[in-house]
Amino acid sequence: MGAWFSENGLLVGLAALDGLSYAAAVFMVAVGLNLVFGVLRVLNIAHGSLYAIGGYSAASLGLFLSSRGLPEFLAYPALVVAAALVGALLGPPIERLLLRRMQDHEPVLQLLVTFALFMILEDLQKLLWGVQPVVSDAPVRLLGTVDIPFGADVIPFNAYQLYVLPGIALATLVGLAWFLRKTLAGRMIVAVTTDREAARAMGIDAAKVTLLTFTAGAALAALGGALASPTVSLVPGVGAQTIVLSFAVVATAGLGQIEGAAIAALLIGLGRSFAVYLEPELEVVIPYVIMLAVLLVRPQGLFGVAETRRI
Amino acid sequence: MQKVTPGAALAPAVPSSTISRRGALQAALGIGSLALTGRSASAQGAGQKPAEIKVGIATFLSGSSSVFGVPGKQAAELLFDQLNEQGGIAGVKLRPIFIDEGPGVDHFTGEYRRLVQSENVQLIFAGISSADCLACAPLSEEMKRPTILWDCGTQRVFEEGKYSYAYRTQANATPEVLAPLLYLLKSKPDFRSVAVMNQDYAWGRDSWDIFRTGLNALKPGVRVAAELFPRFGATDFSTEVTRLLALRPDVIFSTTWGGELDAFIRQSADRKLFERSTFVIPLAESSLERVGKALPAGHIIGARGDHWFLHPSPRDPALLAKFTEDYRKRFNVYPIYSTHHMFQAVSAMKAAYEKAMAAKGGAWPNDAELAAAFRGLTFPSLTSSVTIREDGQGLENQLIGTSMHTDKYNFAVMTDMMSFPAEMITTPVGQKSIDWLKTLKPDMLDKLPATVPYKP
Repeated sequence: MGAWFSENGLLVGLAALDGLSYAAAVFMVAVGLNLVFGVLRVLNIAHGSLYAIGGYSAASLGLFLSSRGLPEFLAYPALVVAAALVGALLGPPIERLLLRRMQDHEPVLQLLVTFALFMILEDLQKLLWGVQPVVSDAPVRLLGTVDIPFGADVIPFNAYQLYVLPGIALATLVGLAWFLRKTLAGRMIVAVTTDREAARAMGIDAAKVTLLTFTAGAALAALGGALASPTVSLVPGVGAQTIVLSFAVVATAGLGQIEGAAIAALLIGLGRSFAVYLEPELEVVIPYVIMLAVLLVRPQGLFGVAETRRI
Repeated sequence: MQKVTPGAALAPAVPSSTISRRGALQAALGIGSLALTGRSASAQGAGQKPAEIKVGIATFLSGSSSVFGVPGKQAAELLFDQLNEQGGIAGVKLRPIFIDEGPGVDHFTGEYRRLVQSENVQLIFAGISSADCLACAPLSEEMKRPTILWDCGTQRVFEEGKYSYAYRTQANATPEVLAPLLYLLKSKPDFRSVAVMNQDYAWGRDSWDIFRTGLNALKPGVRVAAELFPRFGATDFSTEVTRLLALRPDVIFSTTWGGELDAFIRQSADRKLFERSTFVIPLAESSLERVGKALPAGHIIGARGDHWFLHPSPRDPALLAKFTEDYRKRFNVYPIYSTHHMFQAVSAMKAAYEKAMAAKGGAWPNDAELAAAFRGLTFPSLTSSVTIREDGQGLENQLIGTSMHTDKYNFAVMTDMMSFPAEMITTPVGQKSIDWLKTLKPDMLDKLPATVPYKP
């Protein structure tokens, strides 16, 4: 084991850096999904579309600013502005007009409704952005690369992926944890998550909390897409790819668990990264192997709480 | 099978006064036969000139492959419009009916049957997906409907089956991968290690098999540094790029395409991977305009055929220039290889009708006669010509070049181009590609064509 590490230690370090960056990107999407599930108890498949629309909107805004000859650094605030706009414009109508009406229906029906919404939003993307890949990579280019020593060699990493993505993911995690635990609005969300009826009985406007939570979740999905947009090419289907992985993170974490989502994203990110280095054939399957392994031991997820079933 | 003519099938169904039991039975049988075979008045063996030629076109209108499918559809719309403005084929106008390959092969086969049975199309162009081509070649036999495999790459279709109604109007995966390999061996013969970074699905795996088998035959002993097959549809290749940076293979082979290739090129460029390894990217032509200057000079790129809007020696320069201009004017981008493949399918269809009619002294051909006309057919492409062999496979040259930058375009173009003769790089009739590739000898490299530089 020691000999293996002395031989492969540097590679493990590289894999860890890659895994961290990947985990940050995955967490940004999964945390919104988890938050929404906690309050609404709906597994929102359209979350993937919100991710994609956030990405497309951020790329379009970045390209627009660049075409107007404005300073390139404006591409960074453009990421956040685009995500906020998507969350604000799409979140409330989806919650008020669709999900609220489905609140008392069977979970499978809710799932189908969000799936239908996902299909509609996928077509909307094609209508607005076409099918050709869309890229706006100014945020990555502006920060350049950082050379990480690798024996006698160096490996260039994008500073954006090395610092910005994990930094924002960490800030989101800490900020969200603080908000949920230390602010009145956050505690109201936790109350509705824990017991909707009891929260309402204590005077909390559960409908308003639900609306705000869904809007925040939608904005987080859009932010995930916006932050990923400088590093990827946005194409039709990107939302579907993302939502599947996000489900794996959420299921591994335990539904409704914010910190759990961070740990699960880290596990899956590192697992996938190590697979690329050690056994590339396992890269595709490793997130789901981790999910399966966790669910076999803890069916409620890493941090989920087993619910008492009334009989 | 008994030939069903429209009169025989439908006459009993419209009696003048009373309906006899026998008449009703005959009518039912007639309609049943019609439904089973998909025959209609416009597609009968009698060879009557139809009011219009309906062509079913399968292409990707959704999902990641729509980066090729939608340009293919746009090219079809442009070409059908132009053909109709010129009077159609022998005075018969054409109408394309598009179907989406996006939902998968089961949906596609259902749509294929619908096109034949309900839409009564005379021909079908199918498709981009190799799985769809493998499924529709037997269907074309069953339904007796001429089918042009207009873009799919799998070499297996005509190596594993014999068909009289299915034909491919371009090359297949074997020449498309062998040509860049030969170009690599000729232009950078001293490489000692290679890595692959392909999408994890049939094309990614098959193209690597072809490349590796050819490499083992032509330059044994090259070390395979890594075999990376990220998930189909992945958008982040950071980990793969890091791995390749650390391994420093001399050559990186990638048949990745679409948004994934764009992302791989950009991520590799950002992190200086292009400075460490020579890339061999057989499908890069379709990404050139989108990735701009991110693709540096000095890397090997292909176009899935002998076509490119800046082809160094087109057969008819005015034709290529007109198509490029018309397409760009209408869709605001340069045409990519799938538009050339669509041109070839339309060109082959027109040539086959003309050949079949000439053989009948000007009379309209029936389905079997039209299908037979494709065999041995030589038809013009936008840059040269393509011949369909006796097994149904198109013989098309392959244009490969090295990327370079010029002030005229804000994206990389090709220089030092070789147009590989189709006969040299296509698996002979009756042989399997992998078996044939194993028989290649290094002296093959002495017979390669000369390179042609980029001409501004």
